[in-house]
Amino acid sequence: MKVLVCVKRVLDPQVKARVKADGSGVDLANAKMTMNPFCENALEEALRMREAGTVSEIVVVSVGGGKTEETLRHGLAMGADRAIHVVTEDSLEPLAIAKVLKQVTEQEDAGLVICGKQAIDGDSNQTTQMLSALLGWSQATFASEVKIEGGEATVTREVDAGLETIQVKMPAVMSADLRLNEPRYVKLPDVMKAKRKPMDKIELDSMGLDTANRLTTLKVDEPEGRAAGIIVNSVSELVEKLRNEAKVI
Amino acid sequence: MNNLVIVEHDNNEIAAATLHAVTAAQQIGGDIHLLVAGHNCGGVAEAAAQIAGVASVKVADDASLANGLAENLAGLIVEQAQGYSHILASATTFGKNVMPRAAALLDVAQISDIAEVVSEDTFVRPIYAGNALATVQSSDAVKVITVRTIKFEAAAAEGGSASIEQIGGGADAGLSSWISQAVADNDQVDLTSAKVVVSGGRGMQSGDNFTMLHSVADKLGAAVGASRAAVDSGFVPNELQVGQTGKVIAPDLYIAVGISGAIQHLAGMKESKVIVAINNDSEAPIFQVADYGLVADLFEAVPELDSAL
Repeated sequence: MKVLVCVKRVLDPQVKARVKADGSGVDLANAKMTMNPFCENALEEALRMREAGTVSEIVVVSVGGGKTEETLRHGLAMGADRAIHVVTEDSLEPLAIAKVLKQVTEQEDAGLVICGKQAIDGDSNQTTQMLSALLGWSQATFASEVKIEGGEATVTREVDAGLETIQVKMPAVMSADLRLNEPRYVKLPDVMKAKRKPMDKIELDSMGLDTANRLTTLKVDEPEGRAAGIIVNSVSELVEKLRNEAKVI
Repeated sequence: MNNLVIVEHDNNEIAAATLHAVTAAQQIGGDIHLLVAGHNCGGVAEAAAQIAGVASVKVADDASLANGLAENLAGLIVEQAQGYSHILASATTFGKNVMPRAAALLDVAQISDIAEVVSEDTFVRPIYAGNALATVQSSDAVKVITVRTIKFEAAAAEGGSASIEQIGGGADAGLSSWISQAVADNDQVDLTSAKVVVSGGRGMQSGDNFTMLHSVADKLGAAVGASRAAVDSGFVPNELQVGQTGKVIAPDLYIAVGISGAIQHLAGMKESKVIVAINNDSEAPIFQVADYGLVADLFEAVPELDSAL
C-alpha cells in the first residue's frame, strides 16, 4: 500500500508570531520556518507502518512557494521515499488544498492519506476532513493510535471527553494527534541521502482546479495584551491577594 | 437569514458548548434552528426546544447517528443545508471533526473557531495560537462556522418553546463504525466549564506528583489541567491538555504550576480572568501573562498553598 503524507511549512512553533504594522498579516520575512509539528507525527506514523510492513511506499506532498522544497527535503530526510511539490505562490485555503490533495491522491493511487490534525499557523483544522469528504473515504481525525488489519483500521481518537475508538474501512484519510508517536530526529547522513531522492514538481495552474479563496482577510490585529502583574514573595501573600484583591477564592 | 446549529450531545444530555454556539447564531441574526442527530435522543430534542431564542428543533433519530460519526452526520447536515445561510457548531472535537467534512461536501469554506461576529458575513478568528486575530469576510452562500465557546456567553438553557420536527433521514455511509469510548474520571470537575483550574507542566516531574494539584483543586472546587509538555511526557492523559491544540479555557482563576508558558500553552489559557504562576525559573514566559507570580520550588509552594486554603 502506498501512503500519502501531507505536510505544511509553518512558522517555527517556538517563535512568536508578529503582526505587521499595517495589519495585512503576520510578518514571516526572515522568520524561522519548520515542518508543522503534527505533520511530523503524520510522517512518523507512515514510517513506522513501512517498518512494520503495512506500507510499501511513502510519498510526502506539500503545496506552496519555492521554499516549500526545504520542508519536503526534511520529510525525505526523515525517511519518505519521494516528494511531490505542488508549486504556487498563492496562499490557499483548506478547501483548495483539499482539492489539490484529492487530485494527487488519485494520481498516485494511494491507499491511505495521513495529515497533521492542525497547522499551527492558520489553526483551521480542516484539510483532513475536507480531503476525506471530497474523496468519499473514511475519516479518522485526531488519531493517537492506528492499527491497520486487512481492509480496516482501528483508530483511537483524542476527543474532549477522553479517548474514542472507531473502525474505518480502507482507504481512509487520517489526522495525527500529538500522542500518536514521537517523531524521529534527522541525522546528517539522512539529510545527504534526502538530496538524491526524487521530488516531482507540479504547477498548481496545470491542475485545472478552482482554488479561488472564499474568504477575504480584511485585517489582522494583535490581540490586546494583559496588564503587567506582580511578583509575590510568599504563598501566604499569594493567598491573601487572591482572597482580598482579586477576590477569586 | 436562517441559522442551523448542530447540537452536540450524548443522546442523553446537550453539551454545554452548544449553548455558546447558539449565542453566536443569535448575534448573526435571523431564525435559529437546531439539528439533533442521534439515536433514542428524544430527551435531547425536548431539552433543545427549551433553549431560549430557538425557533425549531429538527430531530433525526437513527442508529447510524448514535455516535456522531463524521461520515454519517456530515451527510445529514448536507441534506438539511437547504435554506440556511449559516450552519454552526461549537469548536469542540465534535464540531472540528464533522463540520469541515460538511463544508467540503457543500463546496464552501469553513470559518474555524470564530471569536467575534462582526456582521452576517464577517468574523474574527484567532490564528497563530491566538497571537493574531484575523477579520475574515466570507463570499460563500452558506457559511459553515465553528464557534470558540469562551468568546460567547451560554444561551439560557430554559425559557424557549421551539417546535420539534421529526425529519427522518440518517443513513449509514458504510465507511466507519464506533467501537468504544474511554471516558475520563467522572468525579473530576469539567475542565472547560470550571471557574478555577489548577494546571501542571513539565516541572511536575511525574504523573504521581499531580496528586498535589488534585488536593489543591479539591479545596478550590477546581478542575485539573496540564500543559502539552506534561501530556507529552506521559504524566497525564490528553483530555487535560490546555493549549492551542488542546482545550481553550477562560476560568476566573488559572493556577499554572511548573509550566514555563510556551506559546502554544498560553493560547489555551491567557484569557483567564486571573492567572497565577508558580515556577522556580523567574525568566519563564508564564510570568509575562501572570497577574500574580511566585518564584518558588513548586514542591514546597504547592503543599504550603494546600494547607493555607
